[in-house]
Amino acid sequence: MLEKQQNISNGVNENQKIKIGWFSFSCCEDNTIVFTELMNDHWQEWKKIFDFRHARVLKSNNVLDDLDIAFIEGAIASDDHISKLKEIRKKSKKLVAIGACAVVGMPAAQRNYFNEKQKQEIEFLIARFSALPKVLKVSDVIKVDAEVGGCPMDPQKFLEAVNNLISEIKSG
Amino acid sequence: MHNTDFDLKLDRLTKVEGSASLELRVKDDRVEYVHFKITEYKRFFTQALQGKPIIALPQLLSRICGTCSNAHIMASIEACEHALGIEPTEQTKLLRDLTMYGLNIRDHALHLYLFALPDIRGKDAFLDFDENDPVEHQMLHDGFEIKAAGNFLSELVAGRSVHAPHPVIGGFLHFPDQKGVEEAIRKLEAARPAALRTIEIFKNQPFHFDRKTNFMALVPQDHYGFIEGCINTGLDECITEEGYRDHLEHVVLPYSQASGYKYRGGSYMVGALARINLAKGLLHSHTRETLKDTLSVFPSTDIFLNGLAQAIEILHCLDHSVEILKTRKFAPEPIIKKPPRETVGIGVVEAPRGTLYHKVVLGADGIVKEGEIIVPTGQNQINIEEDIATLVNGLLPIKEKEKLNFEIEKLIRAYDPCMSCAAHFLKVRWIEPTRRRE
Repeated sequence: MLEKQQNISNGVNENQKIKIGWFSFSCCEDNTIVFTELMNDHWQEWKKIFDFRHARVLKSNNVLDDLDIAFIEGAIASDDHISKLKEIRKKSKKLVAIGACAVVGMPAAQRNYFNEKQKQEIEFLIARFSALPKVLKVSDVIKVDAEVGGCPMDPQKFLEAVNNLISEIKSG
Repeated sequence: MHNTDFDLKLDRLTKVEGSASLELRVKDDRVEYVHFKITEYKRFFTQALQGKPIIALPQLLSRICGTCSNAHIMASIEACEHALGIEPTEQTKLLRDLTMYGLNIRDHALHLYLFALPDIRGKDAFLDFDENDPVEHQMLHDGFEIKAAGNFLSELVAGRSVHAPHPVIGGFLHFPDQKGVEEAIRKLEAARPAALRTIEIFKNQPFHFDRKTNFMALVPQDHYGFIEGCINTGLDECITEEGYRDHLEHVVLPYSQASGYKYRGGSYMVGALARINLAKGLLHSHTRETLKDTLSVFPSTDIFLNGLAQAIEILHCLDHSVEILKTRKFAPEPIIKKPPRETVGIGVVEAPRGTLYHKVVLGADGIVKEGEIIVPTGQNQINIEEDIATLVNGLLPIKEKEKLNFEIEKLIRAYDPCMSCAAHFLKVRWIEPTRRRE
């Protein structure tokens, strides 16, 4: 059961909302769901302190401009993913890898460990989708400032990471 | 009008579960084709399950999709239990009902409030709703209150809303405590007025799109639910558990190799609208008494009433959960175990978005040889594409492309597609591969 969370809005100037991006790559989006469940208790506070610039699960008009915190869920499965991830990194002060697929690659990277027969079965699909020969974790591609592991992510650890980053952004 | 030919590409649809895109070509003011496509990268679960011990299967297949994960767990457990010859206890069945109720309350509220309601209110996002506006203030509080009640029930019974750890082949690993049960009753009862307001919103919502189609759903014998029953094909037949394998292998699976799922030559729809159309008489008595007038609009072929059907299901899930929690005591039970055997098991459940099939082929050593999964969004694909074509043809000629985009996205959202699931099983209409890597 979730404990009542600590208040992360302390000291944040409402006129300077923290710009957030939430991005999903190759995964089951379980962290997105945990995130929307955390909103049940936190939406009033988050509405005040966060400016969701890019979150396709929440809104249609998404822009990828300068972000304070980018949350990355999922593993990296294609060249398109790599270039998108690099672009997000460039535009984000802080970048957090969220959930097992982003942090360690699995289970999205399970095809990396297939036997020869299984590899042959999927070969045409890998080619068809221009997918990478091996699925990567986020830190294989770019520098990561924080990680919240778990399948799905641990809600408490997520809130702690967010708190820490807000403090760093405020002091930086 | 000069704008008679054009291509439209919606790169990534928003406010749906997962990543989807759409390609549409109009020629001489008529739609030439519509391709509702996945943009997710495959994670190859059908291969990954080969060689796994059967005990690991439900948790592996849960990772197909976050929001539907508990439905995948239930379908996989059922397939494995059918393979092993395990008959779950009555208490296990009740706990599974409650697991599905928690899932549907939470997941339907996510779709209705975060995905669908912004279109109705003319806002970009649910969080953009104005807290100082009394109507939108109420909506914000109602949406999160319902979701939280479903989330609490899922945590209490199944251990988590996503990839639930408690349900396993043969039973449950953990049982609800009395304090948790009492708190769940309180939260579920408190959410009931909010659920009634949700029903009013989606009953009176302004969008309509009517097209004749067939509806298919797993329909229980006694009470409205998501796990037991026979598959009502909408054509005056109901396929019982003994017939699941034949139905799956001879009807559903062959079409998984074709361009999309059809039944007896016609496309069909699965999901809340199909379930309410086919089984509204089985809803909880409290739900039925409360909603006499509302229920009379069903059966309906208006896809935008899928939202109303989901809202009604939320109420049923609240009402039946409260009854179960108030009248039943839960005591620890041992997990039922059976030795492995060479066999095939089929599991069929109603996931929030429709009928979900899992098939497992087991070896005598307890190792999974192969398996198949058929997801709701795959079954709805033809319907979605045909509806978009009809919709666009009705709007042509159109000057504002943005309006067209919006109308299409709105219609797709009404189906509540799940692309994380569909990534593995949606049919790819492949035109010409473009290889960027050599």
